Amino acid sequence: MIKEVKKRVKELLDSGKITGFLGLRDMNGHVGPHLFCDGGDLEALVLGDRERPGDSRYPLNKQLIHLARSYPEDTFGVLVRGCDERGLKTLSTWNQLHPDKVVPVGIACPQELAEACECLRPYPDEFVCGEKVEGCPYDSVAQLDGIDLAARFDHWMREFEKCIKCYGCRDICPMCFCKECSLESNELIRTGDIPPEMPLFHLTRAVHMAGRCIDCGLCNEACPADIPLRTLYKKVADIIDEEFHYRPGYVADQKSPLNILSQPGVE
Amino acid sequence: MDYRTALTTCTYCGCGCNLYLEVLDGQIIDTIPCKTSPVNEGKLCIKGWNVHEFVQSPNRLTRPLLRKEGTFEEVSWDEALEFTASKLRDIKEGYGGDSIGFLTSAKATNEENYLLQKFARAALGTNNVDHCARL
Ligand code: SF4
Ligand code: SF4
Ligand code: SF4
Repeated sequence: MIKEVKKRVKELLDSGKITGFLGLRDMNGHVGPHLFCDGGDLEALVLGDRERPGDSRYPLNKQLIHLARSYPEDTFGVLVRGCDERGLKTLSTWNQLHPDKVVPVGIACPQELAEACECLRPYPDEFVCGEKVEGCPYDSVAQLDGIDLAARFDHWMREFEKCIKCYGCRDICPMCFCKECSLESNELIRTGDIPPEMPLFHLTRAVHMAGRCIDCGLCNEACPADIPLRTLYKKVADIIDEEFHYRPGYVADQKSPLNILSQPGVE
Repeated sequence: MDYRTALTTCTYCGCGCNLYLEVLDGQIIDTIPCKTSPVNEGKLCIKGWNVHEFVQSPNRLTRPLLRKEGTFEEVSWDEALEFTASKLRDIKEGYGGDSIGFLTSAKATNEENYLLQKFARAALGTNNVDHCARL
């Protein structure tokens, strides 16, 4: 697997097509994001499958935005799974990344990861390694939809109660790029409380991710309270799909209806 | 362009969460929790998430301050240590070692904490040692 990725990255770097490749590096006993700039130095490049597939994934698109903001003329390569590619497509419609300046190097996720993620499309459009496996339905959402409304509400309130307000769900999110965050606005949510005002804090975030969340699950993995945030956002994504026939990142250049609604002249 | 992700340990408390500091052209721009760390497994508390902000805060003290006539003044380490040592000696001689207490810190290393309690017990002769994590 990794051989094909290294070969592709080396070609891109050696040909000068990209300034650097944002990927993952296994170094000093840990896996983390790294910008590879030398085609001859890809020894430590890994795909983020340390003990289990996808167990050391990072929001590389977020790091890519940091680089692109400071070096808008440069082109960067980036390691992408299906979700990351959905992120690239969506970030470009929100004008956060210029598609001409990004060269994705894709990998397809194995069945085990697709199931754990309940991922509708566990592969990018193009990938250099891995095999295409079937998408998996949102079973966690169906399961909750199966219980009556009052019990469902109780379930979520019990989950939200565990929140330590670390803002990790926001900070890790590759799709959170606002300069000012509603979660820190005292007019919307009382900022001095722990757990934060419920269910307002979590629903505010869920609503803000509508039309933006690409279902990567990184927020869920970063939550120290193990709140099943991903399930919540999957449900929101289902609602947006039902109402507007839109899911972020599955079709290139397709803008979020919420993005269009917020433009002047659209009612 | 100089872009690095530096693996380090959060300095805020004694847990020892691992994180990467994202450094672009010498400026620390973000904090990323380390997924493979057995301590924090890709999670952080709100303090850890903001390491990149507080390590570069202009409010950080970089020199010792000594209160002179009601206002803090920057002084040299020699002056600060000299002043502290002579005051501690005066208090110990005047009122005994147990009139002094020591507060150690989770932000310091084990070795530094060891040294402080050793200093309290061996040099000042008191067991009055406490720690912010016990508050
Ligand atoms: S969300 Fe899909 S593409 Fe992303 S890691 Fe999970 S299975 Fe792979
Ligand atoms: S799954 Fe979580 S981290 Fe990923 S895009 Fe959605 S809200 Fe952001
Ligand atoms: S990551 Fe979890 S605990 Fe932290 S703010 Fe988000 S929901 Fe709350």
